[in-house]
Amino acid sequence: MPEKFDVIVVGAGPAGITAAYCLAREGLKVILIERGEQPGTKNVMGGVLYRQMLDEIIPGFWKQAPLERHVIDQQWWVLSEDSALKVGQRTAVHDREPYNAFTVLRAKFDRWYAAQAVKQGALLITETVVTRLLRDTSGRVIGVETDRPDGQLLANAVIVSEGANTLVLEASGLRARPRADTMAVAVKEVISLPREVIENRFQLQGDQGAVIEFFGDSTLGMVGNAFIYTNRESLSVGLGAMISDFQRRRVRPHELLERFKQHPVVAPLVAGGEPKEYMAHMIPEGGYEAMPPLYGDGFLVCGDAAGMVIAVHREGSNLAITSGRLAAETVVEAARAGDFSARRLAAYREKLQASYVLQDLRQYRHTTPVIEKIPQFLGVYPSLVNRALQEFLTVDGVPKKVKEKKILRMILKERPVTALIGDAWRAWRAFI
Amino acid sequence: MNTAVDTRSRTGEGVTTGYRPDGRTGLPAVDVQRKLFTTRFKADKGSHLAIKDPEVCRDCEAKPCLYFCPAEVYKWEEGRITIAFEGCLECGTCRIGCPFGNIDWRYPRGGFGVQYKFG
Ligand SMILES: Cc1cc2nc3c(=O)[nH]c(=O)nc-3n(C[C@H](O)[C@H](O)[C@H](O)COP(=O)(O)OP(=O)(O)OC[C@H]3O[C@@H](n4cnc5c(N)ncnc54)[C@H](O)[C@@H]3O)c2cc1C
Ligand code: SF4
Ligand code: SF4
Repeated sequence: MPEKFDVIVVGAGPAGITAAYCLAREGLKVILIERGEQPGTKNVMGGVLYRQMLDEIIPGFWKQAPLERHVIDQQWWVLSEDSALKVGQRTAVHDREPYNAFTVLRAKFDRWYAAQAVKQGALLITETVVTRLLRDTSGRVIGVETDRPDGQLLANAVIVSEGANTLVLEASGLRARPRADTMAVAVKEVISLPREVIENRFQLQGDQGAVIEFFGDSTLGMVGNAFIYTNRESLSVGLGAMISDFQRRRVRPHELLERFKQHPVVAPLVAGGEPKEYMAHMIPEGGYEAMPPLYGDGFLVCGDAAGMVIAVHREGSNLAITSGRLAAETVVEAARAGDFSARRLAAYREKLQASYVLQDLRQYRHTTPVIEKIPQFLGVYPSLVNRALQEFLTVDGVPKKVKEKKILRMILKERPVTALIGDAWRAWRAFI
Repeated sequence: MNTAVDTRSRTGEGVTTGYRPDGRTGLPAVDVQRKLFTTRFKADKGSHLAIKDPEVCRDCEAKPCLYFCPAEVYKWEEGRITIAFEGCLECGTCRIGCPFGNIDWRYPRGGFGVQYKFG
């Protein structure tokens, strides 16, 4: 007979570790299964970790967790071929404890977080791939199959937190393979630089951190963006775009990354650094409309596996953590009632709906589809605003009135008035 | 020595705006092996990736897998796709991006494959 648990959690990322942590704390017998050598060895993120969601679970975690820098400076740079329009904020508010957000490196962070779940009593099994969910004749999920000999395990409930590459859900007939226009691929390098150089270059003191998102030329107008985040003694430098865009444009992700690093306004930020690691990962960016079923008889789905990412705000790990917590709460209630049916587990969806998770995902449901349909958002406009600004800032004896006319002509040459109005309307729709 | 970046100007011949519909103009040539050299792998003996039907690849005109794979695992050699699975970063892109679903994709055995030090 396979061993039986109260709950099996598939995948030790932020979603799965949170679920296992919360379940073990309530005294449930929970096993957390991870395919990597250690939690984190397969995981990649930019990455900005927001404090509040994890602080709710482990108050003051940020005093002990392996974090890089607390973020005090956030910027958005709109790139053309040779220029950047910069907006952003540096705030002393985010320099005060308990802080707003931290930069993290996932291999270290996930390992630490999983160890906390183990301390609560969760059983962590690494180097084990879950191949599919086990279902009884009625379709109810009753356990998992793994790639270990005699690898079946049974449970009252299975929490699927396998991340963006949803092989388990697909092998179990719970969702179709995602479409290429709902998934992005990102590449990233960790580039080491001495602490002092980072602090001088980004005007930081001590453990203060800065993050910059880049749009426009950084992805050649493809739907996506690039980023540079400061770690203690390295920079996380990366970019991502929709897989459908890479298919169409025949651009290699690593060529795009190298091109980005050579951009005249970007090159000085990374100059002199030594590449320490190269990595790639998918991001589910289909949003609300592309989400799989969130629960059913005997199972719940959390985090990236459920498509819980808000790309425009660079949020994913926080939704993963919150959904993991809400899934655990639902299962604890179900265990008390001795009922793991879909009707009972529907409470998970209600909890998500009452939280920012589904509310925000709903609000941004048009964003990716709209930006995808209008290539000029990240293609033409970044170059246009930079050219207009360049014209305005170049002092060359041409009267301002003449300059204004020239800028207007330049804009109208690229986009006629009607198209401009249409774009503005669609942009407004995308974010509201 | 500056190893991370090549700071040569990119504003050269034929490069006019940031948005170029043909995409490939102005992209630097990158030796992906040098990048993969910084990443730690524990390669299994057999491949976790396979082409389901080589005929389908022959008829696949665009062969996008030669471009979207961030590790250049796929190469077109002597009329067939070859797979350098040892350098696979396990992102899953090819599984989603092959327009014919022609890649049999599974994870390496537990513990094998890419091992990120930083992530
Ligand atoms: C380049 C990049 C930058 C990002 N930047 C940010 C950011 O700045 N801020 C932010 O909040 N979010 C960011 N995200 C998104 C964020 O990383 C994800 O939303 C988050 O990791 C989701 O957590 P998860 O637990 O759902 O999935 P994951 O973190 O992917 O965890 C899934 C786990 O399951 C394991 N697993 C998968 N399948 C199996 C199986 N069959 N058997 C056993 N184990 C399995 C995996 O090895 C992994 O450990 C970024 C993502 C990328 C790729
Ligand atoms: S994209 Fe798919 S079908 Fe086309 S060559 Fe590559 S593997 Fe074969
Ligand atoms: S999973 Fe990613 S790295 Fe591996 S072969 Fe496919 S596209 Fe390339």
